[in-house]
Order: sequence, then C-alpha cells, then structure tokens
Amino acid sequence: MRITHQFTSAYTALKTNMSRSLLTILGIVIGIAAIIIVMAVGNGAQSLILNEISAFGSNNISVDPGRRPSGPSDFAELYTDSLTLEDVVALRKEENVLGVQEVSPSVVVAETATYENETYRGSIYGSTDFFLETFSIDVAKGRVFSDEEVRQRANVAVLGYEAAEELFGSSNPIGEKIKVNNRSFRVIGLLPKTGTVAFFNFDQLILVPYTTAQQYLLGIDYFHNIIVQVKPDASVKRAVRDIEETLRELHEIDDPDKDDFNVNTQEDAIESISVITSALSALLVAIASISLVVGGIGIMNIMLVSVTERTREIGLRKSLGATRRNILEQFLLEAVLLTAVGGVIGIALGALISWGIAWIMQNFVAAGWGFAFPISAAIIGIVVSGVIGLVFGLFPARKAAKKSPMEALRYE
Amino acid sequence: MSLIEVNNLEKTYYSDNEEAATHALRGVSFAIDTGEFVAIMGPSGSGKSTMLQMLGFLDSPTKGTYTFKGKDSKQYSDNEQAFLRNKEMGFVFQAFNLLARTSVLENVKLPLLYSTIPESQWDAKAKKALKAVGMMHRLEHEPGQLSGGEKQRVAIARALVLEPNIIFADEPTGNLDSKSGKLVMEALEDLHDKGGHTIILITHETATAQHAQRIIRLRDGALESDTKTKRRKRATTDFAK
Repeated sequence: MRITHQFTSAYTALKTNMSRSLLTILGIVIGIAAIIIVMAVGNGAQSLILNEISAFGSNNISVDPGRRPSGPSDFAELYTDSLTLEDVVALRKEENVLGVQEVSPSVVVAETATYENETYRGSIYGSTDFFLETFSIDVAKGRVFSDEEVRQRANVAVLGYEAAEELFGSSNPIGEKIKVNNRSFRVIGLLPKTGTVAFFNFDQLILVPYTTAQQYLLGIDYFHNIIVQVKPDASVKRAVRDIEETLRELHEIDDPDKDDFNVNTQEDAIESISVITSALSALLVAIASISLVVGGIGIMNIMLVSVTERTREIGLRKSLGATRRNILEQFLLEAVLLTAVGGVIGIALGALISWGIAWIMQNFVAAGWGFAFPISAAIIGIVVSGVIGLVFGLFPARKAAKKSPMEALRYE
Repeated sequence: MSLIEVNNLEKTYYSDNEEAATHALRGVSFAIDTGEFVAIMGPSGSGKSTMLQMLGFLDSPTKGTYTFKGKDSKQYSDNEQAFLRNKEMGFVFQAFNLLARTSVLENVKLPLLYSTIPESQWDAKAKKALKAVGMMHRLEHEPGQLSGGEKQRVAIARALVLEPNIIFADEPTGNLDSKSGKLVMEALEDLHDKGGHTIILITHETATAQHAQRIIRLRDGALESDTKTKRRKRATTDFAK
C-alpha cells in the first residue's frame, strides 16, 4: 500500500470537514493538555519543595525528641524532655560523632512580644548564633549574640524583618527593649528580608539565647531540637549512626525501636517528599486520563459518521480493487492522524499553559517554583493519543472494510 | 472457453420480511468472449444492473454458476476478487463516482493505488489514459469544475488506466446530454475497436445499445433475446448530423 497516497487521502478527508475534525479532536487536545499541565505543575511544586529542603544544608542533621513518627498524623511523642544539655555536650565531641563541626540546640517559645503598645505574635526561638548560620543567614544590622552571652543567659534578641516592622514601624529598633513574658530583651540585631527558608518564615523570627529561653521563658531544661553540623567532607550517614549510638548509650536504650529521639537528614526529607509528590502526580494524571477516554469515544463516534457518509466512496474504492485491508488501513490511518494532531496541539497547549502557571508562580507566589517542560509527558502524550486513535478507530474502520461493494455503491 | 460464462444464474434479494423476496434474476445463461462489445438491455427492474454486479464480482449469485476465465466465481477468495476488479475489470458508472476535492489526475490514479505497479509509473499511466479520452487539458481540475461529459470521460480513463480485459459501463450516458453522450460512446467504441477491450454496456436505451455488436435483452430477470446487431451504429455518424 502506498503510504503517501494514504496520507494524502486521509488529509483530504479530514480537511473536507475541517470544523468537525477540530471539534472531534478537542477531547484529545484537552486530555493531553491536562496531563502535560498536571505533570509540569507537579514537577514545579516538587522542585519548589525540594529547594526548600535543600536550604537546610546537606551536611546538617536534625535531632528531634520522641520516637520517629509512624505517620504524618503521629505527633504523640514529638515534644518530650528526652534531649538534654548532656546530649549536646556529648554530640560536640569528635570521638563520639566523626566529623562534627557544630551542635546547636533550640527551644520554641509560644509567647507574644510587645514594645510599648505594639504586640506581635511571631516565632520566638531560643538557640545559639549558629541557628542562623545553618541556613546561611546573616544580620542586616547590629549583631548576633555571642557564645558568652548564651552562657550568661543574656536578655538579648535578634528580630526578623516582619517582627521588627510590626513592633517598631520605620524607627530603628537596635538598642530598644521588647518584652516577652514580662521580661525585657534588648534588640541587638536585625535580619534582612528573607522570606521562607526550609519551610520556616525567618521574617517572623525573634531569636534569643536558648539558655535565657529555657530558664526565664519556659522553665525547662530540655530541648525541642538539636542541629548537628558535620564538616563538608565528612560522611553524613556515618554521623547519623554515630549520633544514634551516642544518644542510645546516654539514654540507656538497647532496642532501636524504643528510641526516644529521631535523627533526620536532608536526604531523608527529599526522599519522603518525592514519594508523596510522585504519588500525587500519578493520581492527577490518572484523573486527567479520563478525558482522553471520553475524547477517544468522540473520535469513534465521528469516525462512524464518516464511514456512513462515505459509503459510496468505500464501494467505489472496492470496485476499483481495494481489499478489505486497504479500506481498514485507510480509515484507521484517518483516526490515528486525527488523534495525533490532537496530541500535538494538546502538548503545545499544555506546555503554554504550564509555562504561564510557572511564570505566575515565580513572579507572584514562590520564586523557587521551577519550570521544566516534561519531555516524558510529551512522549506519553503522542503515544497515548496514537493508541487511542488505533483503539477507537478500529471499530469504525472494520465496519467500513466489511461493506459489500455493491451495497456500498447503491447507498444513497 | 469463453471469458465469461453464466449458467442458470439466479439472484434473490431478501428483505427483513422473509416473504418479500425479490427475484432479480431467474436463471439466465449466456457467454461472452474476449474482445466482444455487448450491450445488456432491458427496462428498469429487468435485472440488468444486478447482472452487472454479478459479472463484476460486486455481489455473488444466489444460485447457478458464473465462470470467469474458466474458474467458478465461488472459487475466488475476497482478495482474489479484489485483484480481479483491479486488474481485469474497469467500471464506469452512471453517477461517475469520482472522488470530490481530488484532482482529475489523482482520481485516475486511484486503481493504481491498489495495484502492484511501482509508483514511479503512476503519472505516466494516468496521463496516457487521460490522453486516450482527450482529457489532458484538465489534469489539475477537480470533478466539481467539470461538465458531466468530462466527468464521465475521466471515469473512463480511470477504468482503463490498468488496461483491463473488460470494461463494464453501467448507463454511462444516462446523466448526459446527447452531445456529451456521443463523446462518451466514441471513447468506448475506440477502446473496443482500437484497444481490443471487451466492453459490456448496460443501458435501457435502444439507441445506445445499437453501438454494440451484440445485444442481450433481459425482462423480469429472464433472458428475452440474444442477438447480433444488424446495422451497428457509430457514434461519429449517429450524432454528427
């Protein structure tokens, strides 16, 4: 069979009913575009989340109290008193944790800060100067408190951008005193406008020495979190094992299942987030695929109409020597051509819309939003639309091929 | 051995209602040799179109035998029948049956599409056939731009592009004025006289049938007469007065 002539005849047939052909492929266009958009937006969201996680440096290890949560809703032991100063001291030792560089404990204070008549409910954290270093953030004005001030339980605070603006407006807060839980803190440093890093909004931060927060604001001697930083060339995996073994020894735990702490790395977080976003994307793609099936039925419907309309043509072709197979191929090719065109338009439309979404996200919502055209989605789109053409075109094409030439010629 | 032999051929059409069976052919027998110019004549309902469908492998008989080239029609498979329609037969229909929105040249090429002839020869063959019917000046026109007579001559070119043994013409002048009809009959006569093709002409007009060497008359599905034409008409003298 002469394929170029088959293409010409299929093209002529589709062009003859241009508006009908376009309406027919709309279902395929929308289906393919939807899949492309879902995959592109899914990739964008994933890259946004992964960027946030990456901001928590890869050589930082987070130690949290309580056993490892068994699932997203398991908060049961998230805040226990298992992490103590003794642990921090032990983790700082190179002989316990190979390659350790810094250990920074922190506590969370659920309080409001006031200055004169202004009140601000931010995130009050008690930690060391290293807390900011972990996220590569430096003060814009003033300074961060020193180790000496931490030891002395100094009443000093570093303010995030929004916290400073809410409490002081446009005036300079450095040297002023804010009150938290009836205790005065001297503002010594100011953070630049930072936004969200690693899911934490640094603009709302009020950072004080952890010693001060533990003693005067909370009245506790344990920590809510410990960050251990290892040297860039050290093995994170080795360090995680060292931390676990050190803490188990200190806490006298034999069975790892009974740990009263859990150790997390950036790598762990990326892994679990990737699993979640991939599953979500797969679900959305599956939903979008439904429109492809509906589109396929539309193709079948219009191909059946076309077969009936062109009964005489089929009869003529058969009288000129076309075999059943020739006729089958002709109508199948038309259906596949129809869906393939739909697939290509759908890919273009989907790419355009997802690019638009990425542009809006990057400019107005989250700068970390990534846009990468999903090549895999484009390939899937073309293959799927072709297969739909084959599957849904087969029934009408068989119907055409089976027509007896005489009956077909007589048809009015 | 004749090219075509029909023996007691019967064709009955059954509608959904079983009692209403139509006996289109009721036992017809005749033979046609290679190179004959035969007209199958009869009023409407006589079964002449049904006969053409049987002879052209467009339908199969209910009873009796149709032997083509010494082989029973039932022995030819679907694909062999398609091959015969392609290579051995050419059809010219009353309604022209040209593909709309497709150029004259492409229409004539259509049978080549289903043949084994290499594509490089298609253009030359199609043009040769169009030259034979005097339609070279309309190659790129579409059927919608042609007159009825021109359309029918394109259809004849399409029928003879593969140089078939037999050309079946079903009321070829039925939709044409007398002048166009004359040109079409001229073309058919040429094919017979110069090309040596076997022509089987279906018509209800006595005047048209007179162009053939032999007239087979059907009435109510049965053979009425089978006679040689005594004074054969020629298109050139018939119309050009």
